[in-house]
Amino acid sequence: MFDVAVARQRCRRLRRRILDISQNVSALHIAPAFSCLEILDTIYFGLFCRNSDGSSPDTFLLSKGHGAMAQYVILEELGILSQAELDGYCQPDGHIGAHPDYGLPGIEASTGSLGHGLPMALGICLANRENKLQSTTYLVMSDGELMEGSTWEAVLAAPNVGATDLIVFVDLNGFVSATPISVRHPNILPVERKFQAFGWDVCSIDGHDQQAIFQAARTKSPSSPLAVVAKTVKGKGVSYMENQGIWHYRSPSPLEYHQALRELEEGQ
Amino acid sequence: MRDTFAQAFYDEAQRNPKLFLVVADISPASKISNFRQEFPTRFIDVGVAEQTMIGLAAGLALRGCKPFAYTIANFSIYRPFEQVRNDVCYQNLPVTVVGMGAGITYSPLGATHHTIEDVAVMSAIPNMSVLAPCDPAEVTEAVFVASRHKGPVYLRLGKAGEPNLTAYAEPFRFGKVRQLKAGDHFAILSYGPITKMAMDLAAKLDSEGSRSAAVYSVHTLKPLDQDGIAALLNRFPVVVVIEEHVERGGLGSQVKQVAWDSRASCNLHTFSLRDEFLHVYGSQDDIRRAHGLSLDQIYPTLIAS
Repeated sequence: MFDVAVARQRCRRLRRRILDISQNVSALHIAPAFSCLEILDTIYFGLFCRNSDGSSPDTFLLSKGHGAMAQYVILEELGILSQAELDGYCQPDGHIGAHPDYGLPGIEASTGSLGHGLPMALGICLANRENKLQSTTYLVMSDGELMEGSTWEAVLAAPNVGATDLIVFVDLNGFVSATPISVRHPNILPVERKFQAFGWDVCSIDGHDQQAIFQAARTKSPSSPLAVVAKTVKGKGVSYMENQGIWHYRSPSPLEYHQALRELEEGQ
Repeated sequence: MRDTFAQAFYDEAQRNPKLFLVVADISPASKISNFRQEFPTRFIDVGVAEQTMIGLAAGLALRGCKPFAYTIANFSIYRPFEQVRNDVCYQNLPVTVVGMGAGITYSPLGATHHTIEDVAVMSAIPNMSVLAPCDPAEVTEAVFVASRHKGPVYLRLGKAGEPNLTAYAEPFRFGKVRQLKAGDHFAILSYGPITKMAMDLAAKLDSEGSRSAAVYSVHTLKPLDQDGIAALLNRFPVVVVIEEHVERGGLGSQVKQVAWDSRASCNLHTFSLRDEFLHVYGSQDDIRRAHGLSLDQIYPTLIAS
């Protein structure tokens, strides 16, 4: 069973690891990683079916590739990426970049350009169905990806082509890059009715409540793809980053770094 | 070519359960409808959604399948260009992107439905291979190659009714120019359905002079057979390129590059589409003529060469 208290401690540790890495590079997508961290943690540690050897028949795609740091630290936690590999993040002698790259251990598809994940997820679902593999494909997309035409093509196509073993989490942190959606692009909202109109099951949750994330996915019906609209906070966990657009792509100074660590400790 | 593609794909798909056909609102004709009936889960119509067609095909390939993504050429590569580049080529997946009715096949539909620069665009992407068969028999060969290839392929097809030109040709080998007809003075290099014009031109040159013309199908535009082309440039006094494609990034400019690199001293004439969107309608031959591509327009240059 998924232990939410343990998960909370783990997410605190993962945030700290991301902050540590931030001190080695000039910039990284720290706030977009913090907004989806609880979702990814719940998928990997709670929702993924696990074989006896720890492998999983399930697939995870991070369509919002710029949140890669959240995925990397989880893959490190799982032992799929080594500490040395992650220490080489965006370093000239490393091979891990700012966006997930297919071929890297634990990365199922190259993403980074928005709106590419969902069409690929449909193909993975249909291949699994053809191969008679019991498997769920989980995908996390950003709210910014809801502006890409390819996203809506694939949302429309998913029920039509029978891609039902599919759960999409929309990381609704309310910002595209540094711009608040509600100000600049208000018609993206509400998200739920758009997915519903295209034949999906939909639910809305607090995207930092791991019990809610877990339950939402567990109650999925087998006949339709499920969209979980997860309301999140961009930069979650560090006060000066929360909902501050500048932290979309910036590394904290040493002073800011230490303040962030203190806040994480105090948040326990 | 369309029906031959359908037959060849159907034959391969019967033997290989990993083959899928992903289409964007194309009605299954001829043997494709048999394929759809017999293997309904391996025929996927995403609707008018080309980005999803390519992305979904990449997803299938990520799980070990070998999909062919199939629609009219401009829709299979231009609308979803980034999916072709990122999802298929960057991940180096065995997806065959089929461009049906390429070039100016759909002559009356206008330039929105033409692909006059597709070889250049697809060849520019790392990992991509580009095949452009000249006749239905070469389509069968190309489907055989593509369904076994370990990386991405762009398969450039005509439409329907093309004659067979390769009855007396050398065997088809991926990545090698293929002699369709022997000759001693002219070597005419072409690809795709316009190779018929190359054959007609060769027959005319043979019949009206003491010098004969060989014809080569450059069915593999990438990887281009640079050594084979260099050998032709070295062997023939006159080398000619005829293509239904703009010169820049097409065969014309590439043969010139090989000629420079190999210090060729032959006469080299290239006949390509003009670097223009022509607002000309009519038959495919009418538009070719507007671009300067007809027997009557090409022949005088060659007979004087």
